[in-house]
Amino acid sequence: MRLELDPNPTLQKAFLTYASFLLLALLLLGMLFLVYGVSPFKAYALLLSPLTDPLGLAEIARRTIPLLLIGAGLSLAFRVGFFNIGAEGQLLMGAVGAAYGALFLPVGPWTLPLLFLLGGGLGALWAGLAAWLRVRFGASEILTTLMQNYLAYYLVVYLVAGPWKGQLVFGFLYTDRFPKEAQLPRLGDTLVHWPTLLLGVVAALVLHLLLFRTPLGFAWRVQGENPLAARYLGLPGGRLLLLTALTSGLLAGFAGVGEVAGIHLRLLEPAQISLGYGFTAILAAWLARGRPLLVLLTAPLLGLILAGGDALKLSLSMPFRVVDVVSGLLLLALIGAEALSRHRILWRR
Amino acid sequence: MLRLEGITKRFGPVVANRGVSLEVRKGEVLALLGENGAGKTTLVSLLYGLYAPDEGRILLEGKEVRIPSPRVAQRLGIALVPQHPELIEAHTVAENLALGLDLPPFFSRRGLVNRLRELLSGHPLGVDLEAPVHRLSAGEKQRVELLRALLNRPKVLILDEPTSVLTPKEAEDLFQEIRRLKAMGLAVIFISHKLDEVLAIADRIAVLRAGEKVGELGREEADKETLVRLMVGRSVAPPPKAPPPREEVVLEVEDLLVPRHGFPVQGVSFTLRAGEVLGIAGVAGSGQAELLEALAGLRSYRGRVRFRGASLPKDPARLYALGVAHVPEERAMGVVGGMSVAENLALRIYPRYARPWLLDYRAMERDAQALIARYRIQTPSPRTPVRFLSGGNVQKVILARELRDGPKLLLAMHPTYGVDVGAAEEVHARLLDLVREGAAVLLVSEDLDEILALSHRVAAMHRGRLVGPIPREEMSRERLGRMMTEGRA
Repeated sequence: MRLELDPNPTLQKAFLTYASFLLLALLLLGMLFLVYGVSPFKAYALLLSPLTDPLGLAEIARRTIPLLLIGAGLSLAFRVGFFNIGAEGQLLMGAVGAAYGALFLPVGPWTLPLLFLLGGGLGALWAGLAAWLRVRFGASEILTTLMQNYLAYYLVVYLVAGPWKGQLVFGFLYTDRFPKEAQLPRLGDTLVHWPTLLLGVVAALVLHLLLFRTPLGFAWRVQGENPLAARYLGLPGGRLLLLTALTSGLLAGFAGVGEVAGIHLRLLEPAQISLGYGFTAILAAWLARGRPLLVLLTAPLLGLILAGGDALKLSLSMPFRVVDVVSGLLLLALIGAEALSRHRILWRR
Repeated sequence: MLRLEGITKRFGPVVANRGVSLEVRKGEVLALLGENGAGKTTLVSLLYGLYAPDEGRILLEGKEVRIPSPRVAQRLGIALVPQHPELIEAHTVAENLALGLDLPPFFSRRGLVNRLRELLSGHPLGVDLEAPVHRLSAGEKQRVELLRALLNRPKVLILDEPTSVLTPKEAEDLFQEIRRLKAMGLAVIFISHKLDEVLAIADRIAVLRAGEKVGELGREEADKETLVRLMVGRSVAPPPKAPPPREEVVLEVEDLLVPRHGFPVQGVSFTLRAGEVLGIAGVAGSGQAELLEALAGLRSYRGRVRFRGASLPKDPARLYALGVAHVPEERAMGVVGGMSVAENLALRIYPRYARPWLLDYRAMERDAQALIARYRIQTPSPRTPVRFLSGGNVQKVILARELRDGPKLLLAMHPTYGVDVGAAEEVHARLLDLVREGAAVLLVSEDLDEILALSHRVAAMHRGRLVGPIPREEMSRERLGRMMTEGRA
């Protein structure tokens, strides 16, 4: 048996590969559940339970929002060759920007757009810094963006424990609650802050159009796939990279605004704001293979995996360590399927 | 020794080999002749275990074999000298050779060298085993590849376009070596698209076209004309002569210096007139690539360069707008593999399709259709990604794109490198069309025949200096060879 690169796999084949890998992952999980003393079928049902009731769907949607926003931006960034590993930090910077706007600036009907402006701007700045370092000094953005995650993380910790610590929160590490004008509207009783969701869908659509139908997108694709050719043509490579970084940072910043102004309504400890959306979104972008439109599919899929894990946690009172193994295995199956679907297996030697 | 029966290999919709049967005997040189994209390289990859055939059998000494990997190929006694040496530049020759050996986990340098000498006794080494590879010339590097192939005492030796990196003298040495190996009983498969070499070295010649074997001749029944007809499917006329150049000076270069490690360009001066082809030959690495890239805006330089009376900008995009087109040294630089043929044809001018800010792909593809027809680019459709095209067709895509606006000056490097006879003929015809319209061409090539056939004046680069230029009428192949290697006209 050997593997050969398959340059253009059929849709059918890709689907079959994904299905069989997920099946394999479920089989392994079944064994895990058995060992843990839970009926695998009950666990499978729980994993998929978010799909069956409106509350569950809302849970999926809530997790989809940041994954969609960040994933759309990252699918562009990866396509253009800006390997932004720092979406988590950019999201946190977005949350900081929103908190500043909500807590320290006069509020009014302009507040919500202003929050997005501040948060998105701060996220863009954070990513733009890494792009500038790469263009100007050749610093690898993989390292700089990764390290910037920690800077943003501890900036938030410092703010909520120090200068921005709420007046009425006693020992807890968070700020005061945002005023009414700085809270995003939600769908009914759920935590789905729909303006951010809408923003995510629009972002995926616009980025896709931009990338595949405009002169800017044309230049972006040349730069991303063959930087040598971009140089040969005299394309402004530095500016193209910078613009990409700003766009993906902006969207990650938006996601941060959505989390604090839509769900938590205050700035709190970074681990509670994000749940690692900036990293999970890398997977969403990667599964979409550089097509922002496909993130509309991959982000909800990952949202389901996260929400299903939560359902397990709550209903079976499984410790989060076990639940993390569940999501980990499922994500691994997706990665494996993605790789294999681009190859074909030859059974004869 | 080695026999192929009915080998077929498909890549998606593309059939690279269809029902190919071949045989090579002990002590025989079989030449595999064919244009680029004819399926030679695929066939070699099948023999060397890089791909598996979809149909057909491979027989070695009468027994059917399967070759799942290069390692198995080596164990079976099949060795390959690749087209471009694949060596580790920072290591010494001995260390590179050691990669092909089964060695104990620890060994001394001295022990290794002794072991290699013992294994290679009977073969002239021709290189210093202790020299680091990056100091070797292209010919010596290939020598190392050949020695590495011989280490495993192969029965079948495959040489993939071995002369493409060699000077004429080095090629002659290689042929001597092949004759010697043949006399030792090796079966040799020699892959080429150059007729002269094939006629000089082969005992039998098999011709591939479009993935199929279209003929097999003994050396004595073969002549150039028959082979070309088999390869191309029709006969090929020598390129027509370009008309004499005009008075108007297009490009004036004075004291051009390109700072660079190694042999930079050191004070090159020449002028180029409208309707003139200036050919520049040179041993690889003598500065001709740097000269061309400097003029194309890809390298910084010092010196005075005037293009149609004004100084030349250093930005590729502005250069193109002024009418300076560039066929780059590496095809990989000139196209974006994952983008479609139509998009690659529009690489220079895509903003023109913005209506007002969305690209009009229908117009882009319509224009592409016209260029595809005019340059006879073989592609399933304008939407096919360029990476599915053969080298010759990629080269035509680049040429079609660079010439579509009627440039005033064309900087062309190796425009027919790795391109087959038929496509090269078309490339030359297009270049001459351009010259007839009054454009100037600076042609850098490793193919001396190409330079001599197309140029009005010929020069050579030698260690960063320009030797010549000299009118074509006073030039001969031998004189050009001297200019390249000795730096004297």
